Amino acid sequence: MTKLHSVSIKDLSLNFGSISVLKNLNIEVADGEFLVLLGPSGCGKSTLLNCIAGLLDISDGQIFIKGKNVTWEEPKDRGIGMVFQSYALYPQMTVEKNLSFGLRVAGLPAAEIQNRIAHAAEILQIGPLLQRKPAELSGGQRQRVAIGRALVRDVDVFLFDEPLSNLDAKLRSELRVEIKRLHHKLANTMIYVTHDQIEALTLADRIAVMKGGLIQQLDDPLTIYNKPRNLFVASFIGSPAMNFLKGEIAGTNGSRVFRVADLDISLAGYEAQQPLAPGHTVIFGFRPEHIAISDQPGSAGRSCEAVVDLDEPMGADSLVWLKVAGKAISVRVDSGRRYQPGEKVFLIFNPAMASLFDAVTENRL
Amino acid sequence: MSSSLSSAEPRGSRPKRFLSPASIMIYSALLVAAIYYLIPLYVMIMTSLKGMPEIRLGNIFSPPVEVTFQPWATAWNSACTGLYCEGIKVGFFNSMKILVPSVILSIIIASVNGYALSNWRFKGSELFFTALIFGAFIPYQVMLYPLVIITRQLGIFGTLTGVVVIHTIFGMPILTLLFRNYFVSLPPELFKAARVDGAGFWRIFLQIMLPMSLPIFVVAVILQVTGIWNDFLFGVIFAGTKNFPMTVQLNNIVNSTQGVKEYNVNMAATILTGAVPLLVYFFSGKYFVRGIAAGAVKG
Repeated sequence: MTKLHSVSIKDLSLNFGSISVLKNLNIEVADGEFLVLLGPSGCGKSTLLNCIAGLLDISDGQIFIKGKNVTWEEPKDRGIGMVFQSYALYPQMTVEKNLSFGLRVAGLPAAEIQNRIAHAAEILQIGPLLQRKPAELSGGQRQRVAIGRALVRDVDVFLFDEPLSNLDAKLRSELRVEIKRLHHKLANTMIYVTHDQIEALTLADRIAVMKGGLIQQLDDPLTIYNKPRNLFVASFIGSPAMNFLKGEIAGTNGSRVFRVADLDISLAGYEAQQPLAPGHTVIFGFRPEHIAISDQPGSAGRSCEAVVDLDEPMGADSLVWLKVAGKAISVRVDSGRRYQPGEKVFLIFNPAMASLFDAVTENRL
Repeated sequence: MSSSLSSAEPRGSRPKRFLSPASIMIYSALLVAAIYYLIPLYVMIMTSLKGMPEIRLGNIFSPPVEVTFQPWATAWNSACTGLYCEGIKVGFFNSMKILVPSVILSIIIASVNGYALSNWRFKGSELFFTALIFGAFIPYQVMLYPLVIITRQLGIFGTLTGVVVIHTIFGMPILTLLFRNYFVSLPPELFKAARVDGAGFWRIFLQIMLPMSLPIFVVAVILQVTGIWNDFLFGVIFAGTKNFPMTVQLNNIVNSTQGVKEYNVNMAATILTGAVPLLVYFFSGKYFVRGIAAGAVKG
């Protein structure tokens, strides 16, 4: 039995003149899946969403929604609802008219329209706002109405284009939870574009990290976080960012080490995808929380001495900056103990949680 | 430190000087400019309220000793424009007959043009737009004779329809530019949302875009009303003698050669002709400035 795909994108390319914006993309989104398209601005993530919505004509490839080829269909015939960053509420219409506009265009009977609005208003708790104009709503309320407009269309696929980027931090985290709850309740397929990695990591079933019109990695959030496929994904995901040291592979067959300057870090426990050849120039990456600070030296090959440069308390934990092999690295520690600049400590590495990248191709080894 | 000293230290909002040297300079310059531009109007109104004997005394700046409204009545009802002596009211109604359909027609077409060019880009739409704007820079004189021939072939030369069509065509470049720039400035996501909601070309235009476009329509009406009302050239060429607009009639009154020059009647007729754009400017100054800015700054 083949798994039912809600949205399939096959060999999708988009060119604006001679500029290639999307390059031969293939994505299969399962029914009910929450897929996040994540990437820096200009990576093509919003463009891809507009292509799925049918708001942009694609240059090549096919788009299937619910098994139906919608490549040439109008947006309204694709079975999608879309939520925009700027809410895009019709300013001269009341909330109720905003919600019902698409339904009235489709010529639905008034009773059915009433039912759907009541249903959406209940789910999103916007009942008391129905007779207001968008200008009289707060940002969070507006975004809720915008989600409601997608909801009343009773569609298979929800498309979100950076829906929370215009909100302040507090509202953003509140609505983030609400969107996740909504997804659990509706179990619709959702495709969500954002440049905010916290949103991506918290909401997604799978994340597609994009750069330069290409998907760098398409995986579940933990895999993306712990086993980034290349240097770009590794450096883009994670805040505070991953530490990188450039060095080379050394050591014997049974016990490979990563060598930088006069420091050897054992790679025992690292799941390499290919044999590690000695002399190979590599980049050793490790997240600030995957390294520990200790007063005692750890087992040989797993620890080194370092000098504290700076201590940044961040509330729940602190970020300690140290110098290793002439490079600044950060370590996330419990905020209970403060470190003084110049203090000598020992770092304990955890190779199992580290990442090794080829220095030339920047791909994971 | 003593308390008396600290009270003299800067604290709170900075005191504002009521009349600084700079503002005195600015206001006096503005006053001089205002007087300079108002003097002709003053002279015209004063002259139009005097009888001919008083005018002959030559004191053009002095107010009338004996106020008379007879010149205004004459100008409106019985001043001679060439062969006919029915006053300038004929021209007023002709101008209205030209103005109303021209303004409505040109704004309807230009708003749809602007909307299509901003939201429904088609292959070559930029070229089309450039060509349209280029039209605004070609001197009218170049196009007059061909247009005379074309309208004659169409059978609308020397008719009301003819002059309305000409005004509509010549309003197109600037109005399309105006509307396109306005629609481009509206959030594109509104248009996308309406498309996802299933609305088509006309529904998006009529139900989403139009209700948001009142300011630019006001600007367009102002531009067209003042422009078409003040037009002389197209009126005299394309409207035909029966439909001469007010500006042409005014010229015929003022420049008539036989008899005594009735300055008071001429002044009254001129003020009457200028009243429409003057009132439009007066009541819509804010929108008018906005229209100029919209046409000039963005492009």
